[in-house]
This record gives sequence, structure tokens and C-alpha cells, in this order.
Amino acid sequence: MIDFGGWEMPVSYSDISEEHAVVREKVGLFDLCHMGRIAISGPDAEKLVQGAQTNDLGRIKENQIRYAMLLNDAGGVLDDILVHRRPHDIFLVVNASNYDRDYDRLVELSAAMGRDAKIERLDELGMLALQGPKSVDVLKTLQASGLSDIDFDGIGYYRLAEGKVLGQAATVTRTGYTGEDGFEIYLGNDYLTTLWDELMKAGEPFGLQPVGLGARDTLRLEAGMPLYGHEITETINPVEAGLMFGVRLKKDNYPGRDVLAQVKKEGPNRQLLGLTVEGRRIPRQGYTVFSGETEVGFVTSGTWSPSFERAIATALVNSSAVDSELSVDIRGRRAAARRVELPFYKRDGSGSLNS
Amino acid sequence: MRPDDRKYRPSHEWVKVDGDIAYVGITDYAVSHLSDLVFLDLPDIGTDVMANEPFGEIESVKAVSDLYCPVTGEIVEQNDDLQADLGILGKDPWNKGWMVKIKMMTPSEVDGLMDAAAYEKVVEAEG
Repeated sequence: MIDFGGWEMPVSYSDISEEHAVVREKVGLFDLCHMGRIAISGPDAEKLVQGAQTNDLGRIKENQIRYAMLLNDAGGVLDDILVHRRPHDIFLVVNASNYDRDYDRLVELSAAMGRDAKIERLDELGMLALQGPKSVDVLKTLQASGLSDIDFDGIGYYRLAEGKVLGQAATVTRTGYTGEDGFEIYLGNDYLTTLWDELMKAGEPFGLQPVGLGARDTLRLEAGMPLYGHEITETINPVEAGLMFGVRLKKDNYPGRDVLAQVKKEGPNRQLLGLTVEGRRIPRQGYTVFSGETEVGFVTSGTWSPSFERAIATALVNSSAVDSELSVDIRGRRAAARRVELPFYKRDGSGSLNS
Repeated sequence: MRPDDRKYRPSHEWVKVDGDIAYVGITDYAVSHLSDLVFLDLPDIGTDVMANEPFGEIESVKAVSDLYCPVTGEIVEQNDDLQADLGILGKDPWNKGWMVKIKMMTPSEVDGLMDAAAYEKVVEAEG
């Protein structure tokens, strides 16, 4: 068990590579109760959220979900979030480590903008995720046994449905952090252990296994998804991190927008790259990236990829050096690195290492 | 109970003595705790190593860990099979999973190390 944003969580239930493979091939169950959840409602909810984060609510329809970021005034990332537009509110899912700061920031922005909005921490909700190609089959089993009235298969990608799970109000989304098809389920804390047990039971014929933080990290990194504190921080902006799909510059103002527009116009000084690294050692966060004998950047995340059985990393590298021959200093020894497109893995086979 | 034909360090290395040669490896507890091993860095033959000092590194998906030497002496052999297949450590950490052979300078050093019963208590305490 390790401490993760104040939560005791297992790195793995069995071992990382086995749990990784279960998600890629079958279905894995994740306990994500640590994630922060904030609901915003009231007359000015829309205006508040629009003025607080990078995506455009005008392009998020009811029951749709989009990736977005909260920025500081310098365009650095305070957090990355998912914005859910539920029929009755706007529901934000944020990182555990930033939960308090995000909440305070929204309250502060709301006051500064004079908005009439209710900002609530939904700490009474828990969260489980099913990820992997068999996720939908497990949930259909749950539905067939009368434990839910939600048409899981009918939920489109990055969309949500509300309904009953174990007789209680639940929100289910078709989202995830693994690169596979999957669902995230929000349900009252009191019912979560029962739901865990029911999913374990329903999933047994499909090879379901619980998955810990270790495989969560290898899965997300193969899928090229950023982790707060690694690819994005207060001193890394979304242009550098390649996350402009979550940013809309042409909308009403929000913190960091004008700086981002400038960075985008001039081109970023640094860029997040995908790297494959020679040898069996792992290029870890903070290791230096070289072009020849010149330091040109640093590793933001690295792991041994279970899917491709090689060392992979993301690194923030000076734009002038991104096309040069790169290497990583791994504990005093230099390992050759090759730039590849992110993501490394895509489930349709089009990731840079899929071939 | 773990093998009582050898001695242990609290950092989960074992040492087994054969004349003036010490076989050194890591315990099943260390292997399962590290899990998902990817790399083992061992000193070259002829390297002098010191008791209680790091002599190599083992890397898993989780982290890099130092390996601490139980005895002082000179590396006389490395386990090449292990370099080719770290999976051996999971299957047989006690015999096929030895890492290095050390020609001991002071064989009596081994007497100061923990026996299997004492090591068992270390593992229990770490849970």
C-alpha cells in the first residue's frame, strides 16, 4: 500500500504486468474513490465553469463529457479535469492531490466574478471503474440480474447516463484512463463495497481482476495520457504538453487564456515527446535528456511497457532539439532514445508502437 | 520458515557460505515486494566489495533498489543465467537465483548476520 493524495492505495493486487494485460485483453476493476468530485449548479453555473476552465461549455452537450484544464495566470496547469454536463448540474472530476485547491479556486473565482452558483464537494460519492474490452459485458450481466436499470451499451464514448445501481442514484460514464473501452461509475459510498463484490462476481466469467495504481500508470502512459505532477504541472503549459484538444482559445476569458494564445502564436519553447529508450532500464521522472553532450530536457514519466516489452517515456524537450539524436542519462549511463508519436498504444492499432 | 543453511541482512539479502566463498542473493520476500523486475546491475568480476555497502542495483517497474553486500571480499563470479532471465528470481531465489560469488576476506563477518528465525521477525514486522 502507498499513500496517494492522502489515500492508502495498493500499487498492485497481483502484479503490475498481469493486471496490465487483464485490462488490455479482458477487463479490470479499479477503486477510484480518491478522485475529487465537484458539482456546480445554480443560475450562474454555466458562466462560472465557462470562465474557470479551458474547454468550451458551448460545445459540450447534455450528457457529454470533455477533457479540460484549470490554469494559473501564467498558463501553467493547476489541474486537469473532466467536465460532465449532467441535466441538472455541471460535474467536475479532478485529481485527488489537487481536490482542495481546485475547490478553493472555484469558490474564489465565483466570488471574484460575482456569480450565483452552488459549488459542492460530493464526498459522499464513491467511484469505481471497469476498463477493458469486456467491460460492457460485465455491466450487461449486472443489468440482466436486475441490479441496474441503466442501458450501459447505449452510452456513447465520452457520454454519461444517470439511473439506478443497487437501487441507488448513480452516474455512469464511458470514460477511462487506460486507452481501452470502459466505464466509470459514481455511487454513494455506503453501497460501494457491495458494488465492488457484485462486479467481481459478474466479471468472473470474463476474467475480471482488480487493478492497482501500478498498472493504472503503465496503461495510461502507453495510451499517452498525462498525469498531473508529471506531464503537466504549474510550470508546464498545455501547448508544451500537447493538450490543446482540451483548450478553446476563442471563447470568453478565463485565467491563462491570453498567455496560451501568445505561446501558441509564437510556438512553444519546449515540447512533450514520446520516447522509446534502449536497454532494460527505466527512464524515470526527472532524468536528464541529452542531445549529444547538451542537456535539452527531462523525463516526465517512464516505465517498462508491458504491452511492448520495452522502456518508454515522455519527456519535455527544448523545441530546437526535438528532431536531433537524443539520449537519457539513466543513473550515470547514457541510453539512446528515439522519438515516436504519442500515444504509444491505441486500441484500434494505430499507436506508434502498435504496428 | 526460510532456509536455515544461510544468513540474512535486514535489507533482504541472503548469504550462503561454502568454504571461503560466499553466495549472495535476495530473499523471496524481496522478490515479491519488488515485483515486475526489469533489470539487475552487478559488479564485474574482480571488483572489491564491502560489507554493508551497496554492490549493485535491482530495478522493477516500481523503483530502483540498492543491493547491500553482506560480506567483504572480491567478486569471483556473476550468475549469467540470471542476467538472461530475471524470472529465475521468482521461481528459485534460494538456489538458481544466486547473484554473485564473493571470495571473503573475513569469513567471520557472517557470524554477525541474522539467522532465519531473526529474519522471519523482520519480514513479519514489515508485513
